[in-house]
Amino acid sequence: MNMNYTAEELAFRDEVRAFLDEKLPADIAAKVKGFRRLSKEDHQRWQKILSEQGWYATHWPEEYGGVKWTPVQKHIWDEESCRYGVPRSIPFGVNMVAPVIIKFGTEEQKQKYLPRILSGEDWWCQGYSEPGAGSDLASLKTRAVREGDHYIVNGQKTWTTLGQHANMIFCLVRTNTEVKAQEGISFLLIDMNTPGITVRPIITLDGEHEVNEVFFEDVKVPAENLVGEEDKGWTYAKYLLTYERTGLAGIGLSKAALQHLKELASRRLKNGKPLIEDTAFSQRIAQVEIDLMAAAISNLRIVASVEGGGMPGAESSMLKVRGTEIRQAINDLARRAIGPYAIPFVEEELDLDYDGDFLSDKNAAPLAAQYFNNRKLSIFGGSNEIQKNIVSKMILGL
Amino acid sequence: MDFRLNEEQQMLQDTVARLVRGEYSFEKRLEYSESELGFSADFWKQLGELGLTAVPFPEELGGFGGSGVEVQSVMTELGRGLCIEPYLQSIVLGGGLISQAGNDQQKEQWLGGIASGETRAAVGLQEPQSFYDLNDVETRAEKSGGNYVLNGRKAVVIGGHCADVLVVSARTSGDSRDADGISLFLVPADAEGLERRTYPTIDGAKGCDLFLNNVTVGAEALLGEEGQGAGVIEYQAGRAIAALCGEAVGVMEVACDLTLEYLKQRKQFGVPIGRFQVLQHRMVDMMSELEQARSMAILAASVADEPQSDERRRILAAAKNVIGRSGQFISEQGIQSHGGIGMTWEYNFAHYAKRLIMINHQLGDDDFHLERYATLLQAS
Ligand SMILES: Cc1cc2nc3c(=O)[nH]c(=O)nc-3n(C[C@H](O)[C@H](O)[C@H](O)COP(=O)(O)OP(=O)(O)OC[C@H]3O[C@@H](n4cnc5c(N)ncnc54)[C@H](O)[C@@H]3O)c2cc1C
Ligand SMILES: Cc1cc2nc3c(=O)[nH]c(=O)nc-3n(C[C@H](O)[C@H](O)[C@H](O)COP(=O)(O)OP(=O)(O)OC[C@H]3O[C@@H](n4cnc5c(N)ncnc54)[C@H](O)[C@@H]3O)c2cc1C
Repeated sequence: MNMNYTAEELAFRDEVRAFLDEKLPADIAAKVKGFRRLSKEDHQRWQKILSEQGWYATHWPEEYGGVKWTPVQKHIWDEESCRYGVPRSIPFGVNMVAPVIIKFGTEEQKQKYLPRILSGEDWWCQGYSEPGAGSDLASLKTRAVREGDHYIVNGQKTWTTLGQHANMIFCLVRTNTEVKAQEGISFLLIDMNTPGITVRPIITLDGEHEVNEVFFEDVKVPAENLVGEEDKGWTYAKYLLTYERTGLAGIGLSKAALQHLKELASRRLKNGKPLIEDTAFSQRIAQVEIDLMAAAISNLRIVASVEGGGMPGAESSMLKVRGTEIRQAINDLARRAIGPYAIPFVEEELDLDYDGDFLSDKNAAPLAAQYFNNRKLSIFGGSNEIQKNIVSKMILGL
Repeated sequence: MDFRLNEEQQMLQDTVARLVRGEYSFEKRLEYSESELGFSADFWKQLGELGLTAVPFPEELGGFGGSGVEVQSVMTELGRGLCIEPYLQSIVLGGGLISQAGNDQQKEQWLGGIASGETRAAVGLQEPQSFYDLNDVETRAEKSGGNYVLNGRKAVVIGGHCADVLVVSARTSGDSRDADGISLFLVPADAEGLERRTYPTIDGAKGCDLFLNNVTVGAEALLGEEGQGAGVIEYQAGRAIAALCGEAVGVMEVACDLTLEYLKQRKQFGVPIGRFQVLQHRMVDMMSELEQARSMAILAASVADEPQSDERRRILAAAKNVIGRSGQFISEQGIQSHGGIGMTWEYNFAHYAKRLIMINHQLGDDDFHLERYATLLQAS
């Protein structure tokens, strides 16, 4: 047993740190660390820096401009980038549609889309969920009918994250109604500027515009935008869902959030003393830190097993559930730490350029909103109930 | 033993329920919330006209002479409607402090208007450093001639943005967290040196922080005896906790109803999601949390008007602890059971969920009251 990094891995970590010290824009890191809103421009600016470094596409083969990192290297990147306040990369293009195109797409599709993802020219969003098809994704109804060299698409997608910024959407559509639900689904790439597409915002309970509804009315999509074979989309979708095997648990994000919480609790007062010195509150922080420690080691066990060529099974699904619970628990404590000041919602303080007096703590404004927003962690990408169903059915044989 | 409301109490609750149903659709609430006032002036007026703002006040003030039980019935219905009018602040806390500690002249000056709803009160009892401890008061009131000069800051004064009069605590002697030496003052909203920083609250209401810069008030503004405010505040906060428990129960009832309805109606995998056992059991847990909260709300109302005692303190701390926890459980598990739709602004459930979490941040959260209860724990 050896839980230490090798000399090469340590050298890689130094390289990552040197890069982040030099290249990560301070304003962007400050936003990430203070849970402020990031603009589309912030994401694009950072993506460009990463692309120039050749570190943007960590899941792609080198021939397409990817970088070949080992699972441990990816893990190191994840840890360091969370610690430094690197923005989460918007996964829909680089980590979702690209691996599918690389594995199942035509040469033309690869030539056309991959460079545009690397350069940031295209912003992709994910069109899977529909009003009637959430957990039961295979029941989706958005219809695509082949007419000559086009598909005509009609239907509705929902919960489309950051669809308001996107110019491309990858969709699961129904091309065959005669067969079993899973067997009549195709994977289509659609230009959001095509006539007949309407995007309508969905505002979440914290007042944010992060998700959208996307309506399709007689939308003409060139047949060459079909990925792989018609009616085989479910296979590709599943490939995509299981693609990202490490980093799912958000351990790095939880570590950063915990650090933020401790700093906050050191500044806030209770009984005239820093809150972090309060027995009850410090024990609550300690408890979540202990849980996180265990989860972090579980995560490393998965990383090591993938490094050794293994396939993670139940552990990664269970860790994902755990990871969301831990992050939500940290958000809960951060909201509690500001006491009565969780109630005001001072929107102007969400802006990093805000130069007025802060109502209470400089980082208080986003905390309650973030707590509410992160209820999503246990809902999207397969709810925690669905994750547990998968573990109990597929792995435990129940 | 009979836990039901008597006929008169039931009539009172039905009156509020009818009014809320008629005036407080979800869409209208969003409008009220976004208005400058931050709630419905019209609804507030109607509460006044029906005598509902006068419920806890004595009959000679046009009141109803209502106890904690009556106040709680009103609050439960306001909770069901997710009403954002400052009933707790103006009637229960502001008016309540004046009727508890005020002299005849002060009662005469303020209570009639508060009881009719024409005058609005709010209370500044917390401070930036105080967390939930109402004895942690750093705002100072210095005697100067026959006057008091107030300096300091009061935090998260819900309803303070539109109050005509503010009841604020300030220290006339003693150190930061001493119970002794806290005094209460009636400060008119237009007092010179009083500034407000107004903000919306995350659950749809409005409030402000108060900045007192050499605010000078006369001796007639002192509410109760100098230096003896802590007990008055603690007692009234206890009544407010009982009232807030009532509101919380109303909010939880609707949150549970909405969730249950959704489990029956939403289909995935060809069946209503309520057929999945994990959601069934969770719904049962939510309902049993609601029952726990209901029981503690009733208990809290029953001691709200009793003379102060450790028993009363324990019960109120226990009640606030329970509603804090059950509220959070129902909020979080209700969102989870709904899936994505439970997180959207356009669906009323999300707003009930937010209110439940924020109730826990008013008058002390479950941790605070657990600690308080523990310090009052009886060895035998
Ligand atoms: C903020 C946010 C962002 C999102 N972004 C995207 C995106 O970019 N693209 C996209 O395509 N989708 C996106 N989604 C959609 C997300 O994947 C769905 O919300 C999720 O799949 C759940 O579906 P649902 O919301 O319809 O809930 P439902 O499927 O209706 O579930 C409701 C409840 O029932 C439970 N349930 C359902 N089936 C079972 C079962 N068999 N056993 C036990 N319990 C069950 C669920 O766990 C949940 O608790 C996003 C969602 C959110 C909230
Ligand atoms: C100390 C003790 C005293 C007892 N005394 C008496 C007595 O005086 N008279 C008498 O007649 N019996 C008595 N019993 C028996 C008792 O009623 C049974 O143990 C009980 O009904 C459970 O049955 P089981 O043990 O066969 O467990 P099972 O029914 O086999 O249950 C095993 C597990 O499966 C769960 N389970 C079962 N069905 C479902 C379902 N549909 N959905 C979800 N979960 C399910 C159970 O909750 C349990 O966790 C006693 C048992 C104990 C332990």
